Amino acid sequence: MSETSTSRTASTSGATATSGATPTSGTTTGATIELENLTKRYPGHPSPAVDNVSMEIKAGEIVIFVGPSGCGKSTTLKMINRLIEPTGGRIRINGEDVTDMDPVKLRRKVGYAIQASGLFPHMTVAQNIALVPRMIGWPKARIRNRVEEMLDLVGLDPGEFHGRYPRQLSGGQQQRVGVARALAADPPVLLMDEPFGAVDPITRDHLQDELIRLQHELHKTIVFVTHDFDEAIKLGDRIAVLREHSHIAQFDTPEAILTNPADDFVSGFVGAGAALKRLNLTRVRDVEITDYPTVTVDDPLQEIFNKLRSSNTNEILLLDKRGRPYKWLRRGDLMRAKGSLARAGTLVSDTVTRDATLRDALEAVLMDSSGRVAVTGRRGEYTGVVDVETLMNSVHELLEADRLEAMAHRHDLEELRAAQTHAEQEGVGGIVEGGVGGVKKA
Amino acid sequence: MNFWEYLGNRHQQLLTDAYQHASAVFQCMVVATLLGVLIGILTYRSEWAGSLATTTTSTLLTIPALAMIGLLIPVVGLGVPPTVIALTLYGLLPIVRNCIVGLRGVDPSLVDAATGIGMSRVMRMVRVELPLAWPPILTGIRVSTQMLMGIAAIAAYASGPGLGNVIFRGLGSLGSKNALNQVLAGTLGIVVLALLFDAAYVLIGRLTISRGIRV
Repeated sequence: MSETSTSRTASTSGATATSGATPTSGTTTGATIELENLTKRYPGHPSPAVDNVSMEIKAGEIVIFVGPSGCGKSTTLKMINRLIEPTGGRIRINGEDVTDMDPVKLRRKVGYAIQASGLFPHMTVAQNIALVPRMIGWPKARIRNRVEEMLDLVGLDPGEFHGRYPRQLSGGQQQRVGVARALAADPPVLLMDEPFGAVDPITRDHLQDELIRLQHELHKTIVFVTHDFDEAIKLGDRIAVLREHSHIAQFDTPEAILTNPADDFVSGFVGAGAALKRLNLTRVRDVEITDYPTVTVDDPLQEIFNKLRSSNTNEILLLDKRGRPYKWLRRGDLMRAKGSLARAGTLVSDTVTRDATLRDALEAVLMDSSGRVAVTGRRGEYTGVVDVETLMNSVHELLEADRLEAMAHRHDLEELRAAQTHAEQEGVGGIVEGGVGGVKKA
Repeated sequence: MNFWEYLGNRHQQLLTDAYQHASAVFQCMVVATLLGVLIGILTYRSEWAGSLATTTTSTLLTIPALAMIGLLIPVVGLGVPPTVIALTLYGLLPIVRNCIVGLRGVDPSLVDAATGIGMSRVMRMVRVELPLAWPPILTGIRVSTQMLMGIAAIAAYASGPGLGNVIFRGLGSLGSKNALNQVLAGTLGIVVLALLFDAAYVLIGRLTISRGIRV
């Protein structure tokens, strides 16, 4: 990853670095995963299902494998915990070679969450979560506390859900329990195989937000398989776009893939609207928010008049008693108000928070007749306004920065590849791996 | 002597026969269940082994009970041994078949999940696959028991234990004053026993099938 990565990636890796030194609340943080020339051949098939995959996954990052169905992304994932035994290559977790270790022991140290939760229907929620801790022999009291803790962590009330059976839960709740079970024994690595594939779009969105929140607390190394590129963009610190035989088409940050897809395959996969998708990666707090003249409902009418007259805008924002945006007042509105504000102005229909994505902000701005939207803080209080111009300027700056970064990155990659070919021609042999954060173009 | 007087007179002996009948069926069912589930576990993964197990057991079932017991007499003698062997063999089919069907019906993604979170093969079988396949297996056991109740009556032919003795005695002396009563008492006794066993299985089902998968 280059130094000039965006704030999101930087903050994640930064947080990892600090918590790596001082683990919070006794949890294990992520471990590195290295795949080296990983290959899977099935007998009777001429071409390998997974062909010579090498990559390095850093501790505490979320890496997404994304690609069309049948490209071998799931197979690659399942080789990490050796649900599928590789026919060639090595796997190292935290530097330790796990290719030949007892797979049962390995899997107890690697969390595993799958599509449709994979909960055992004949066990209660608590029994499901307690499985791995019981297998590795935790004492009973510790397991009981851990189950409560995990339910709390994934946002389910322990008292209410403890004794329920999976079929008494909604799809989203099942998926949360599935994640809780995967994390119960506090593994440094979490493998997720299309975990949100079987839930409805709204719940999926919710679960994705939850996963991001969890990861902020836990800093696990997460490998996540999906065929949904938007999901990949939303969750990934880095995305590996895979084509047939699990060849890596591009392995980079979402920003870089969106603005600088490596080839036609990747750009085809990114799909239309890359620039719009890019807006999902930046938050309102990262762009310039303009200040706007405001008054509160408690201010006397005369003061509101004066303020509106002295300001250079046509409008003024009226805040309610708790400082939340309430109404937009135009000059004309006040003329007609005649001593009462009750009927004057237009109600504020939409606001965005500082954590909203630029895409949300753009949507709100486009829906607004005057092309601006109020930005609110944590409790809905007014903090500023975003309008079309500032948004446009910010987006242009962003895209420009991305393009520069991507060009620098491509330059590095080409140098690396040149060196590689040179080495091969010289007969020194061997593949230069992981030169630029494990990037290896197929 | 009418039927009720007959019952009053002979209840001591009828109860003994009924007890022996039930006990023979119960013991053979225990053996058949253990054997059947074991065969199921060993064969369900492979297509041909599973078919072989079901075909063999269903072929066994087509042998007439009388012929089977008759054929066993020269080999193992009279009395209890031919009864136990015949009943156990007949009891196998529904259990083996339901066990294979049940184990094959376990959602593969759950097996995958069980392996993925680090269960060994034995643990996966005991904690996940068997509990999930248990409802069909229990149904198989129930069907087997019903069947064995009837077949056990024929064991009397090899002077085995049970209510069959009463029936055969009645059939052997047709025309005498108690013949009909004997046949009737034996048959009704078997029906009552079968119903009692069935009730017991319902209870066992309530106790052993997890609430999470009960229909």
